[in-house]
Amino acid sequence: MLDWLKSPVLAVQDFFLLAGRAIGNVARRPHYGSDIYLQMDIIGVGSLPIVIMTGFFSGAVMAMQLAKALSQYGAVGQVGQVVSITLVRELGPVLTALLVAGRNASGMASELGSMKVTEQIDAMRALGTDPIQKLVTPRLIATCTVLPLLTIIADFVGIFGGFLIAFFLLNLTPSEYWSRAWQALEWLDVAQGLVKPFAFAFAIALVGCFYGLRTTGGTQGVGRATTQAVVVSSVVIFFLTFFLTRIFVNL
Amino acid sequence: MPNQEPLVLEFENVTVRFEDSTAVDRLSLAMRAGETCILFGAAGSGKTVLLKTALGLLRPAAGRVRVFGQDITALRERELFDIRSRIGVLFQEGGLFDSLTIEENVGYPLANQPALRCSPEEMRRRVEEALRFVELEHTLEKVPSELSGGMRRRVGIARAVVTDPRLVLYDSPTAGLDPITAFTIMTLIVKERDLKNTTTALATHRYQDGSVLANFRYNPATGTLEPGGNGHAGRTRFLVLKEGRLVFEGSQAELEASTDPYIARFVKREE
Repeated sequence: MLDWLKSPVLAVQDFFLLAGRAIGNVARRPHYGSDIYLQMDIIGVGSLPIVIMTGFFSGAVMAMQLAKALSQYGAVGQVGQVVSITLVRELGPVLTALLVAGRNASGMASELGSMKVTEQIDAMRALGTDPIQKLVTPRLIATCTVLPLLTIIADFVGIFGGFLIAFFLLNLTPSEYWSRAWQALEWLDVAQGLVKPFAFAFAIALVGCFYGLRTTGGTQGVGRATTQAVVVSSVVIFFLTFFLTRIFVNL
Repeated sequence: MPNQEPLVLEFENVTVRFEDSTAVDRLSLAMRAGETCILFGAAGSGKTVLLKTALGLLRPAAGRVRVFGQDITALRERELFDIRSRIGVLFQEGGLFDSLTIEENVGYPLANQPALRCSPEEMRRRVEEALRFVELEHTLEKVPSELSGGMRRRVGIARAVVTDPRLVLYDSPTAGLDPITAFTIMTLIVKERDLKNTTTALATHRYQDGSVLANFRYNPATGTLEPGGNGHAGRTRFLVLKEGRLVFEGSQAELEASTDPYIARFVKREE
């Protein structure tokens, strides 16, 4: 009767087995340093332009929208404060993670998926390498390292975008904007803004690799795995941010 | 006289299942050192699954698999690496890593098998030797996408034999190739078997492949194949798989004499 539950439950179990092994491998030899470095370049440097663009425009747009709302209370001067809190706590981490999910969870799923359907994963195992150690762990380490850094950049560029709007359109002085933006931030906000991308990195790398390694059914299967990886990692990011926010607002 | 050579590969009532299907069903077989096994079967009959189970890439749901006398059924992935380093394998489409050069591809087992690690100079020498064996020594710096299908298959053979394995498994080595290229591939497989005396298992659906392996030997003086001679026919067995079950096991003469319509499909009788 509950047969329909079997395959999703099995999939979740497989996911956590993969996650456990990928994390366990971090401390285990052999280490594939050059693969980690290569992935950091692909994920980090590769995502930089789009993360900067998105960060900038989201900060600028938010400043414009908020200025309108705040002007009703005569509090346009507060715009720096609101922009910086929103970006650092929530929008910076989530937007960056969603962009990296779109770029790299899909990339991982399609790359590993093509390797799976052309028997390269089997060949790897037959020739003495653990595919999780060689493929998944480097991607996990790389994503966990670069996603917080990308988020910091997105936050800063976003606040800067807000500043341009405040300075040119709202006629605030730079010190008015920057001092409020800076003073608004507490340590807990910064902590929240860095814990989130770290957690999202797990979701992106592990979900991307998980769907890649599960690919069956030729090139069509690779397409399917790629789509699933992006959809599932995006949804997981929203779940995680919900729960993490819940924890942080109660602290 | 019964064959007294040590057992290289042994399947004992092996069943391999996937989520909703049985790929190999209670199959038993044994291969002794120096033997050649030719495995016929239609698409989806379980040939590839059988070879992957022998490598420990797939785990049987029931039964035992022994390789070089060691039971691999319950071994963990890391414990399997030693056994796998003694087996060469050519995957169906070659299974080459398309992000690596040919040199890195062929050298991959030497660089990664803990049991086979060697110095970079030694590695380079063995990679060149393996590529010379398949007559592709000029492709070291290329990547797989720059090679033709037949050449990729040959690089796959070089990678399978670079470690000097005692047992080599070939999964449909000639699938999708034109007859001339297919014959080149089969020549290389016979050459590897006869020069290094390796135990050979070949999965295929082409009768010619099995026939070449059973009836020809490699002549190192001329570099070509010539008929018969050193008794390979006696050490060659033909097996036929149907829906995961072994439906035939015997010599080429017995195979050709079979009246079973499924088995007869694989035999091309001289008209």
